Amino acid sequence: MLADKDRIFTNLYGHHDWRLAAARQRGDWSNTKELIAKGRDSIIDEVKKSGLRGRGGAGFPTGLKMSFMPKQPDGKPSFLVVNADEGEPGTCKDRDIMRHDPHKLIEGCLIAGSVMNATATYIYIRGEFYREAEVLDAAVEEAYAAGLLGKNACGSGYDHEVYVHRGAGAYIAGEETGLIESLEGKKAQPRLKPPFPAAVGLYGRPTTVNNVETIAVIPTILRRGSAWFAGFGRPNNTGTKVFCISGHVERPCNVEEEMSVPLRELIERHAGGVRGGWDNLLAIIPGGSSVPMLPKSICNTVLMDFDALRDVKSGLGTAAVIVMDKSTDLIAQIARLARFYAHESCGQCTPCREGTGWMWRVMERIAAGKAELSEVDMLLDVASEIEGHTICAHGDASAWPIQGLMRHFRPMVDKRLLEYTRPAAAE
Amino acid sequence: MPKLTVDGQEVTVEPGTTVLQACEAAGKEIPRFCYHERLSVAGNCRMCLVELEKSPKPIASCAMPAGDGMVVKTNTPLVKKAREGVMEMLLINHPLDCPICDQGGECDLQDQAMAYGRGLSRFGEQKRAVSEKYLGPIVKTVMTRCIHCTRCIRFATEIAGVEELGATGRGEHMEIGPYVEKALTSELSGNLVDVCPVGALTLKPYAFAARPWELRNVESIDVHDAVGSNIRVDYRGREVMRVLPRLHEDINEEWISDKTRAAIDGLMRQRLDRPYVRRNGRLIPATWAEAFGAITAKLKGVRGPRIAAIAGDLVDAESMFALKLLMAGLGSPNLDCRQDGAKLDHGARASYLFNSTIAGIERAGALLLIGTNPRLEAALINARIRKRYLRGGFKIGLVGAKADLSYRYEHLGADAEVLREIADGRHGFAETLRQAERPMLIVGQGALARRDGAAVLALSRRIAENSGMVKDGWNGFNVLHTAAARVAGLDIGFVPQAGGLDTDGIVAAAGRGELDLLFLLGADEIDTSALGRTFVVYQGHHGDAGASRADVVLPGAAYTEKDGTYVNTEGRAQVGARAGFPPGDAREDWAIVRALSEEFATAGIGPILPFNTLAELRSRLCALVPTLAAVDSITPAPWSAFGVDGPTDTQPFASPIGDYFQTNAICRASKTMAECSAARTPAVKGATGTHG
Repeated sequence: MLADKDRIFTNLYGHHDWRLAAARQRGDWSNTKELIAKGRDSIIDEVKKSGLRGRGGAGFPTGLKMSFMPKQPDGKPSFLVVNADEGEPGTCKDRDIMRHDPHKLIEGCLIAGSVMNATATYIYIRGEFYREAEVLDAAVEEAYAAGLLGKNACGSGYDHEVYVHRGAGAYIAGEETGLIESLEGKKAQPRLKPPFPAAVGLYGRPTTVNNVETIAVIPTILRRGSAWFAGFGRPNNTGTKVFCISGHVERPCNVEEEMSVPLRELIERHAGGVRGGWDNLLAIIPGGSSVPMLPKSICNTVLMDFDALRDVKSGLGTAAVIVMDKSTDLIAQIARLARFYAHESCGQCTPCREGTGWMWRVMERIAAGKAELSEVDMLLDVASEIEGHTICAHGDASAWPIQGLMRHFRPMVDKRLLEYTRPAAAE
Repeated sequence: MPKLTVDGQEVTVEPGTTVLQACEAAGKEIPRFCYHERLSVAGNCRMCLVELEKSPKPIASCAMPAGDGMVVKTNTPLVKKAREGVMEMLLINHPLDCPICDQGGECDLQDQAMAYGRGLSRFGEQKRAVSEKYLGPIVKTVMTRCIHCTRCIRFATEIAGVEELGATGRGEHMEIGPYVEKALTSELSGNLVDVCPVGALTLKPYAFAARPWELRNVESIDVHDAVGSNIRVDYRGREVMRVLPRLHEDINEEWISDKTRAAIDGLMRQRLDRPYVRRNGRLIPATWAEAFGAITAKLKGVRGPRIAAIAGDLVDAESMFALKLLMAGLGSPNLDCRQDGAKLDHGARASYLFNSTIAGIERAGALLLIGTNPRLEAALINARIRKRYLRGGFKIGLVGAKADLSYRYEHLGADAEVLREIADGRHGFAETLRQAERPMLIVGQGALARRDGAAVLALSRRIAENSGMVKDGWNGFNVLHTAAARVAGLDIGFVPQAGGLDTDGIVAAAGRGELDLLFLLGADEIDTSALGRTFVVYQGHHGDAGASRADVVLPGAAYTEKDGTYVNTEGRAQVGARAGFPPGDAREDWAIVRALSEEFATAGIGPILPFNTLAELRSRLCALVPTLAAVDSITPAPWSAFGVDGPTDTQPFASPIGDYFQTNAICRASKTMAECSAARTPAVKGATGTHG
């Protein structure tokens, strides 16, 4: 279990003040100038050694991503964009970071920005996070007033601007390139890659898009050293991570824990355990709504990290643990998620635009039992036609929950269909 | 140069090529919907997925740059399944209304569903329906059929330069349409019909009119402007059903203007289908013999100088040549093909051509527009300018009336005084032109068809010479014509002969009663009310201004009803072809002139014209004017002095085209063009329908 002294987000619960003075007492902004002075290569090296992987879902190595930005500035702007459009169902970690510990993020922006030689940071915050945007705005103002941002930020000789931009409520605007489009004032339709944002991003300039948590942990990693950070978790899955535990647990919560913590331990230690005891558990979605669910048999032993969850054909995603006990109608739950993905598809790619709605409608019928057994296989085939055939990962994300359900709970689905169509046979 | 392996076959392609193009180079067909080689890459239809070695997912070949050493597979089970999957998704919400769809028979979705689809539907839910959109009188929408390829949006935004189309809504509720419910303000909107791969956007005037397999077609040349767009005329019987663009990279690429496409219903209305002779103030139907007789009777004993002829804007070169010979036989020096009175110098060929060529615009470095609105006068040349503009580093200056040209320009002034400043190097833009590599200027008819036209022409020449527009195989001096017949007319020399009168002189002389006979060959744009009591012969195809003033009407053939040569504004001779016969007793124009000459010879007025067939006429014409023989090629014109230095007026330049949709007799007879015109004109408030 993570000791209190090793926590990065020491004000995750808002027990203390979020303002600059309080943040300084917690250690933020203490030696930012020296950290920036370490220089690009040293900082990237440190981040690489720490093993930090992107906290937004895909888990791409952060140091490597930073190194993709052009080394030699060409006199024109380049940007750091912080993805604070936290829309993944079940996820609420960035929200707490921004409202209770905004200075961790802002300091991270400055340091990460200096590494990439970025002219400015755009924090694209989810439109519904109204209060959080207020806090963030105020925190940015404070930082400017204290000379921590803007011209010669922190006395480092480096100029960096930070802008907070509020989104307007589309899930797909949380996708890296969809976010860039939205930030440019267009419809949030993900872009084709290549070119990748590090070459052609915001306003056609080199851009790196990082999750809030990823950026917010960088200053602490630099202060305490990569070895300290890499000391948590398993190799390739290092560090601490904010987990969001929701659903049928006694005390839903956000909690910072070591990576690779066993799922069961995570839930029992921090969330008061599954409602009605561990044996009442039916299934868990371990990483936000888009990753496939896991049945209890796997949840018993699985570790919460990128590789362990990948090995059981799920994913860490945003580390949003959605717990479902035996009272849950899993089929209806997945049907609801299918509706969400149909509603949030941007409509650009054919398979996702047409297929998500199709899957949702079939799922609704399956949830009610009003479908033929053969339609389950057809549904899986349709899901496979969407998965991997689209510009962005929304197509994959819409297929995975259904695939997860069918992989582990097919007998339950078949039973429901038989009960409706042939009650006698189901007996 | 990247070298790829496509299905085991090695291909080497240019850098910057996409995988899709590389596959095509290897002879593999890649199905696609959203990809269009003249539009930006959207990559959203997902039909062109192929397998790429070392890539976990299939890739969209239209968007992936070809890289060295790539191993692409287009015939694997994975690719087949991906295509079937995408095709199935495209079809689940597509209506099964092919039997009543105008795209039927030439629909990409139909074709590709046959080639790459599964053949059975597994979709048992309700299909989506989408409300109709209004895009004006040319484009009909059935948006339920839309497959969201966004080609139309990209065409409107990129080529036409009007940001009026877009996608609203999200996911399966995404709809393509205009943001505001009104007709598109583009002169190129009809091309949306061509770029749409399905039946969502079809041609409104052609709705439910024909099936493509019922139509026969000829390849021809458009005459609605001086661009000389290459067209394909689809016809059934003698009715022209539709006009489609034909690929010509140097002229119209693969687009045509709305007038070219949709004015054809005018070919069936207001037609002159029999000769008329005016008796007691009224035009009475007559036979050819009666009409010819009336002309011959009038000409008996008339001296040549008291006869005149004006050729119109839509006339083919052969007819003008025949008429020129006829007039020479009558001893008349009074000829003109410049109805608008433009002070074009027919002596120096370079002075009236679009010398840089249309494709040359793409190589130009800066542009000065003089008294022209290319968007209205030559929509496709404007699209070319926009294409060059979008590439960047192209400064454009305009002297003349401000207008939305679909690109940004610097408005330098409205009258000839600014030209003088530029010519003298006293204006900032003179420097811009001098600095640019291959600068060019375009003079419009609005600057030339006025009293000081010759002086403006001379000023333009000085600008061209002073800013290095004419050098090293580059000639950036361009005249933009609006009449399809104009350049051929000047090439042939259908201009005042020694001591002859020009258009203004002819009209004035007619008004003063100094002419006994005026021959109008399709000339409708002159002031027909100013001709006094002169005996007017009108030969043409439409009952328009000229015919209603005429004393004898000779029914001729429209451009789709005759073989004829047209020379576009670049000086490029092109041959149009006959799609159907002219209506009723109407005949091809050269043949009418030839028959009339025989009549004159019989009456002892003039000689018989020395040809019996169109081929004989053409070989004579080509011997005289070699540039007309060089079909579809550009003969660079030698540079020489032209124009007349002199004082200029202070009056601002104005484009000769007020209403784009009403510029000639065919357009004015077209219902579609009238609707377009009305849609573009701001609605009268409180209009009742009988408000006048």
